[in-house]
Amino acid sequence: MLNNKIALITGASKGIGKAIAELFAANGARVILTGRDINALQQLAINLPSHPEGHLTFHMDVTNIISIKDVFDSLMADKIYIDILVNNAGIMKDATLQMVKPEIISEIYNTNVIGTINPTQMALKSFIRKRGGSIINLSSIIGTNGNLGQTIYGSSKSAIIGFTKSLSKELAPLNIRVNAIAPGFIDTDMTKNMDPKFYEKNLNSIGMKRLGKPDDVAKVALFLASNLSSYVTGQIIGVDGGMII
Amino acid sequence: MENKNKLYQSFANALNIEISQIQDNLAYQSIPEWDSISHMILISQLEEDFDVSIDTEDVIDMSSVEKAQEILSKLGVQF
Repeated sequence: MLNNKIALITGASKGIGKAIAELFAANGARVILTGRDINALQQLAINLPSHPEGHLTFHMDVTNIISIKDVFDSLMADKIYIDILVNNAGIMKDATLQMVKPEIISEIYNTNVIGTINPTQMALKSFIRKRGGSIINLSSIIGTNGNLGQTIYGSSKSAIIGFTKSLSKELAPLNIRVNAIAPGFIDTDMTKNMDPKFYEKNLNSIGMKRLGKPDDVAKVALFLASNLSSYVTGQIIGVDGGMII
Repeated sequence: MENKNKLYQSFANALNIEISQIQDNLAYQSIPEWDSISHMILISQLEEDFDVSIDTEDVIDMSSVEKAQEILSKLGVQF
């Protein structure tokens, strides 16, 4: 489904990013794995279904613009132009607004929002050169619906929705599609670290009565990356098993 | 002179206009064909034709053909 496509994934070393990398590679894509844990990325690359040109790994911290620029400069220098960008890197730290420290607010916004905007801006050259492409952003059900104790995280994920919708309008004339996925409660390290009170409450609010798997999200990312969604842009697709917040 | 012609041709290709319409003082958004969308195509065209990488700040600064020449010169292209 992704033969001859090159996909760059941020935060690819674990969880949803890792599942997306595995599914994309299984469907013929050459994947560029980026993240802060280069050892984990290299290990993942070894275990992926092989690609004739080889998968690539880069240390990239989405909160550091120099780090992002280095990766894209390196790709451009090697004439590697991506077709798909998955802005997956993100963090979740919960606290009511009154209890959240300024440095935590900055950390969440720098990672989830600025860390989506900057890689996208730098990837545009590839997409424009190819006169097409697919950008997939990771929002959250907390971004679409809001949740108690997640004001900062939720608003950062709401920003992703605004970013996705506006950018899709800017880039549609260039045949570049921009969509977002809004996962619900997915079984990852991020949700394992959640306050037990919220964990239990969230689990009980899922219609399908189970946590989502990273692969559930990856399958929607595959749809958005592939030509199956060739006329889909500016959409926010929930992957939440009927979760109610 | 060769690169000057190449520059004009890049503009003509990216903006989808006749090369005769290109002049040094042609400015961004001064004609309907040079809008924000075609500006992105122009940057890509210049990068491809001159084998350079144009930084975001220069993308924003590229307000005329003359300015494009100045930016390309800075990147080592000789005019």
